[in-house]
Amino acid sequence: MKELLWLIPTLPFTGALLLILLGRKLPRFAVSLIGAGSVGLAALITILVGIDFNSSSENSFQQIVWTWIDVAGLKPQIAFHLDALSLVFIFVITFVGFLIHVYSTEFMQDDEGYARFFTYLNLFVGSMLILVLADNLVLLYFGWEGVGLCSYLLIGFWYLDEKNGYAARKAFIITRIGDTAMAIGLFMLFKAFGTLHIQDILTQAPQTWTVGSEEAVFIAFLLLGGAVGKSAQLPLQTWLPDAMAGPSPVSALIHAATMVTAGVYLISRMHIVFELAPLAQMWVGIIGALTLLLAGFSALTQFDLKRILAYSTISQIGYMFLALGVGAWSAAIFHFMIHAFFKALLFLAAGAIIHLLHHEHDIFKMGGLKNKLPTIYWTFLIGSASLAAIPFITGGFYSKDAILWLSLAGEKGNVGFFLAALIGAFITSVYTFRMVFVTFFGTEKTHVSHSAGSRMTIPLIVLAALSTFAGFIELPHSIAHVELFSNFLHPVLPTITLQEGAESKEWIVQLIAVVVSLGGVYLAYYFYIKKPELPDQLKTSSIAFHNFWFLGWGFDTAYDTLFVKPFVFVATINKQDIIDRLYDELVKLADFLHRVFAWTQSGILRWYMVGIVVGAILIVTLSLLVGS
Amino acid sequence: MNTIPVEAGLMLAGILFVLGTISVLVRRNIIFMLISVEIMLNAAGLAFIVAGSRWVQPDGQVMFIFILTMAAAEVSVGLALILQIYHQLKTLDSDAANKMKG
Repeated sequence: MKELLWLIPTLPFTGALLLILLGRKLPRFAVSLIGAGSVGLAALITILVGIDFNSSSENSFQQIVWTWIDVAGLKPQIAFHLDALSLVFIFVITFVGFLIHVYSTEFMQDDEGYARFFTYLNLFVGSMLILVLADNLVLLYFGWEGVGLCSYLLIGFWYLDEKNGYAARKAFIITRIGDTAMAIGLFMLFKAFGTLHIQDILTQAPQTWTVGSEEAVFIAFLLLGGAVGKSAQLPLQTWLPDAMAGPSPVSALIHAATMVTAGVYLISRMHIVFELAPLAQMWVGIIGALTLLLAGFSALTQFDLKRILAYSTISQIGYMFLALGVGAWSAAIFHFMIHAFFKALLFLAAGAIIHLLHHEHDIFKMGGLKNKLPTIYWTFLIGSASLAAIPFITGGFYSKDAILWLSLAGEKGNVGFFLAALIGAFITSVYTFRMVFVTFFGTEKTHVSHSAGSRMTIPLIVLAALSTFAGFIELPHSIAHVELFSNFLHPVLPTITLQEGAESKEWIVQLIAVVVSLGGVYLAYYFYIKKPELPDQLKTSSIAFHNFWFLGWGFDTAYDTLFVKPFVFVATINKQDIIDRLYDELVKLADFLHRVFAWTQSGILRWYMVGIVVGAILIVTLSLLVGS
Repeated sequence: MNTIPVEAGLMLAGILFVLGTISVLVRRNIIFMLISVEIMLNAAGLAFIVAGSRWVQPDGQVMFIFILTMAAAEVSVGLALILQIYHQLKTLDSDAANKMKG
């Protein structure tokens, strides 16, 4: 069954190809069948491959499809590498991807670009699968750029609105900055090892470099640059909130569940390089900690439902980076998986709400939806509980608790990381339940036209179940000894070593985490249910702070002044293109000579004769002079 | 046998050539220009003959026959052109035929 691996990325690509060629002519039913069906089949094959992989004793499986290029030692192949890490990723991508495709068939049913939407979505799933299955970095980069392209296309899906086009370009350009760093990193890796085959690099790296060697640190930082751009971490996080201009299923699939976690995948895939570069790894943690705090505070002030979720995505990926930074590899991947479930759920539910309320994004204009949309309310509540890490019953609790604990007790963890994660956890539950209380409780402010159909609600219910029960495969030691997930990942990602004597304190950390997340919920309850006038008072009394956070800590403004404006200024000066002046002069000279010679062509025969005679005399004289 | 010195023959050819050139430059009547060109061609032919007899080689005379043939062909084309020009412009002034700036 493992031999079917190549079909997993091929199926969505085939779907995309079919839709490109026939999409306009096919009826909507056929488009949905191709679009969702191809991903569904890929999900089925993933399960078959996964079962086969689990039952075999080997830790990895290699499948070479063909050789892509073979020149001067660079021999990237279209080859897939399946191990526990990529299996987790392809499982999440195909499964969540399939649910989102099903959801989209109803969400997009009145859209003109129905076939176009599914084309892009299939193309995206295919590229993402290539990214995580690639056995060499060139193919990985191919997938990496492919998902970037699809992200661009889908953010600007409703391209008639100029703002959407702007958001799409912004996302594309900012991620390109990171991608350039990553490309340079790949060049350096090739120079160092003469190969870009991931497994070869991972085996050779510890022999070539000592821990902390300059080259390793430099390369790790460049790879981190790529990861930071794609995963919307500080300082390249500004594109993600604007990326919400795309349709909601896109936000759920690309900008929450899969593509933005490509950075997490890259770092954990190259974890040996990062372990050899402790400085870079520490910075992964620092960036994660800072990002989760900054994005969390920004999420507190947003009123657009999707922007709250966007900032919370940035913040949650910050948690994953923090976990990577302290070397808690499997905790990061665990949080990735749970996050993919509950964040996709939240985005889909939010999309459904926005859809049913005639494109109303402002949560303060919603209110009282609890009784109107019970299915969406309950699933959204489950997703929110998972995001806020409500203890014991949600998946989010177990995944986030692991990160909190390891950021303190892990070998590379420290109190600073722990405090950042803890404050982040508190803010997370405040803004999450602010969102829940404002949207679903209180009085109804916008009329709901109809209720969501089954193709929208079933994916929500499945995801709600997943985001709850998926957490139980990895329980903390203090509760029970279940380590299915980290044992599964163990062949690929090393288990983290704890600081000495830390183990006994685990339950204290958990207790703090429980108190913090419940405290956040209570604070949100107090502010938005009990005393609804309080938030406004607070807002007016600290309007400067509010605006600062609301605009995402002024990063956009800063980048605008630092980069965009000077660039536009220079471009305006150089509108006439200074270098072009030289060529303009050449053109003028040619034009002048043309006029002179055109004048000599008078049509008077005797002038020509004079020309010939003078020329002949000159040549004869010259040859006489030079010859003698 | 009295031989004419080479210098004299070449001198004559040179003078003829220069005379032909000058009259091409000076004349405006297109027929006279054609005649001047013929004089120049014959000057060149004379130079070949003189050189041929100086080195006692037949090549000079061969070249002269070539030039003669070419001149005949050239004159036939030239006269046809002149006839056309006269038809079109009703004049033999070469300067009048500058309409095409060619």
